[in-house]
Amino acid sequence: MVEGDQVIISAREVDFYYGDFQALKNISIDILKDEVTAMIGPSGCGKSTFLKLLNRMNDFVPGARLAGEIFIGGESIYGPDADPVVIRRRVGMVFQRPNPFAKSIYDNICYGPRLIGIKKTSELDELTEKALRAAALWDEVKDKLNKSALDLSGGQQQRVCIARALALEPDILLMDEPTSALDPIATAKVEEWIKDAGMSIVIVTHNMQQAARISDKTAYFFLGELIEFGPTKELFTRPKETKTENYITGRFG
Amino acid sequence: MLEARKGHTHLDRYRREGIVLFFIRLTAVLALAIMASILLYLLVNGIPALSISFLTEFPRDSMMAGGVLPAIVGTVVLALGALLTAIPLGFGAAIYLAEYAKPGYLVSFIRLGVSNLAGVPSVVFGLFGLSLFVTTFGFGRSILSGSLTLGLLILPTVTAAAEEALRQTPQSFREAALALGASRFQAIRQVVLPAALPGMLTGSILALGRAAGETAPIMFTASAAFTLAMPDSVFREVMALSTHIYNLATNSTHIEETRPQQFGSALVLLVLVLGLSMFAIIIRAKLRRGRKW
Amino acid sequence: MAEDAPIKEKAPPISLAPKLSPTEWGVKAFFLLCAVSALGSMFLIMVFLFMEAGGLFFMSEEGPGVSLTEFFLSLDWYPTYPDPSYGSLALVLGSLSVTMVSIVLATPFGIGLAIYLSSVAGPKVREWLKPAVELLASIPSVILGFVGMVAVAPFMQNVLDLPTGLNVLNASIFLAIMATPTIASLGDDALSAVSQTVKDGSYALGATRWETISRVMLPASLSGLSTAVILGLGRALGETIVVLMVAGGSAQVPHSLFDSVRPLTSTLAAEMGETAIGSPHYHALFALGALLFVLTLGFNLLAFHLARRWGRSSS
Repeated sequence: MVEGDQVIISAREVDFYYGDFQALKNISIDILKDEVTAMIGPSGCGKSTFLKLLNRMNDFVPGARLAGEIFIGGESIYGPDADPVVIRRRVGMVFQRPNPFAKSIYDNICYGPRLIGIKKTSELDELTEKALRAAALWDEVKDKLNKSALDLSGGQQQRVCIARALALEPDILLMDEPTSALDPIATAKVEEWIKDAGMSIVIVTHNMQQAARISDKTAYFFLGELIEFGPTKELFTRPKETKTENYITGRFG
Repeated sequence: MLEARKGHTHLDRYRREGIVLFFIRLTAVLALAIMASILLYLLVNGIPALSISFLTEFPRDSMMAGGVLPAIVGTVVLALGALLTAIPLGFGAAIYLAEYAKPGYLVSFIRLGVSNLAGVPSVVFGLFGLSLFVTTFGFGRSILSGSLTLGLLILPTVTAAAEEALRQTPQSFREAALALGASRFQAIRQVVLPAALPGMLTGSILALGRAAGETAPIMFTASAAFTLAMPDSVFREVMALSTHIYNLATNSTHIEETRPQQFGSALVLLVLVLGLSMFAIIIRAKLRRGRKW
Repeated sequence: MAEDAPIKEKAPPISLAPKLSPTEWGVKAFFLLCAVSALGSMFLIMVFLFMEAGGLFFMSEEGPGVSLTEFFLSLDWYPTYPDPSYGSLALVLGSLSVTMVSIVLATPFGIGLAIYLSSVAGPKVREWLKPAVELLASIPSVILGFVGMVAVAPFMQNVLDLPTGLNVLNASIFLAIMATPTIASLGDDALSAVSQTVKDGSYALGATRWETISRVMLPASLSGLSTAVILGLGRALGETIVVLMVAGGSAQVPHSLFDSVRPLTSTLAAEMGETAIGSPHYHALFALGALLFVLTLGFNLLAFHLARRWGRSSS
């Protein structure tokens, strides 16, 4: 393993299948703590599939099968003793489209904490404020916490979803194309948040400029394989693999 | 040749078009006209029979005078009892079908059961209720027997409406809850159900209206031609508006003399049933329009 | 990374299907039980109908059982005579006559309405008409029967100079009123499911609206429309109170639209209340019920089958 920096996610020779279709081929990768890691590649390349392996959301896909191992914080998340529910509480996720529940902003944020048995109002209030501040949304919504989250703008909704995930104080935040349904201004706000978050974030994006703007490391996936993984600056300026170069130059023009 | 034909049949085609579309529009007018004339006929003949006492008194003088209060109460009690039977089973079935079931033989078999139950004639439900609830279980002719029978009758409607409402809540709600570490059932109970419940209940109100209007299933399981007092337990038989109308119009000794009572009862039943349906339809339209997902 | 690790065979992929905790498993089982309840009711209905019906055909203290030949082929339904006979044929023909006539009336009406709703009416009209059709469907059958008896029967009797206004035609009209919303609403679903691109293709070739409807939409939704008509048919066949009040009630083979008949359903409703539980008459009525159940089940299975085929071909 890499010396010095702390590895938080480590995948070892991961193969993943949907039924008979092999979606991921022999993926090995080490992702460092407190870094933003971007995953890029053409659609269908396996980047989202890999992301969803990290919090076991692929368990719900019929016919899902896996070989190899994935470690988070040193623990095997597909080992015999791993509990998917606990893993999902430790690894937060933000989805492609903002998906707040049809509840108030407050109840959205408290959803996770309540799942783990936190009932005291004072504690929940505190967690809500903390999570909303962390998602840079507190000032905008502090006076309407009891309003439906569905009444907010798209960008605000997505930040509610971020806050909702943060309320569980996860070790890692997974983001699956979190700005693809947002307008440019809302996108900028979410990107700004990612850059300042200072936590371990794995983000899937189809937008290479976005990867270049916000990530420390970038992984390029193609047809289910991890082609190249390295510091973002290097990958975008001096790609080692021809396939990577073709992809990024094709997009950058 | 072809060039000439392109414009040639123009007029003919539009004339035929006009005639056909006229008949198609006529069906819509006819449907509305039939409904309007039924409503109007019952309103014109029923309103004179209505009065406060008609709604608040027991029948008197061999049904020729007095009111239909016990029949109104019986209809409402039976319909609510049916809903009480159908909602737990129907909502449970809907949750299974929408949230847990994977396509396969079991699910097709269940769907086959639900859709065929919906097609069983109401009088057959009556026979079944008589044989199972009244006789075998020994509930007798009673509110309980009638409610259970009607409950099974509306079970497919309640199930279908509830499943539809569950399916309309976005998949992303479930994903988000699961990703926060909710178990499957927690996601359903805390996120999916609250969002789907208004739609599920709206469908149930439509079923409630249907249960209130039914006659054949309660004829031999619950309804009495006349009762002296209000029911005080679920093992009592009750009067109901639908069977009251039927009895007065066909079986009674004073068919002509009780016409006003018949029209009055028909109007009360119609207002009750259409009122419930209309209420449900309006709520449903509001829900659809107000939905933000 | 893994280069210097000893070469070993990689483990085969494991399935990720979630394992349910005991509570979760229990919850799922409970919901499954609810879902099976509809199926269970169907099964119970069958068991009880056939069990009670069986009593007619077997020996009992009341005498020898009735033969299947008599039950199915005899026209004589005299259950209360000292020497009773239990032939169902006249009743079956009574049911079929009102059902067929009603479906002849309801099919063009219902399909026309479906076409109007799906392709002719503007969105505003549709928004009002669709609930109106639904309301028409929710009028209780006893009210329709009452109107048929009190308003239409005397009118028919006077105008056409008939012995009675309670006859096949009158009952069929009201059955048609009940079946039409079913046909219209399911037919509208089937027609609306035809994709816009197909319709656009037809318009782009210079077809008029009716040409598009008749040559593209109707053929494309044929099995959906058939399902609609068959379900309407099933509904008319099983309807009880309307025919009980309006069809007249004589157990005879109808020769004209103005004869009075006694369909299966109205026989059940009229006689079940007046018969002793467990008597041959009681069992005979259950035999009629079983027959009715089988007939409607046949229609429903046919409709289900067609609907499934339609679902497959349109998706």
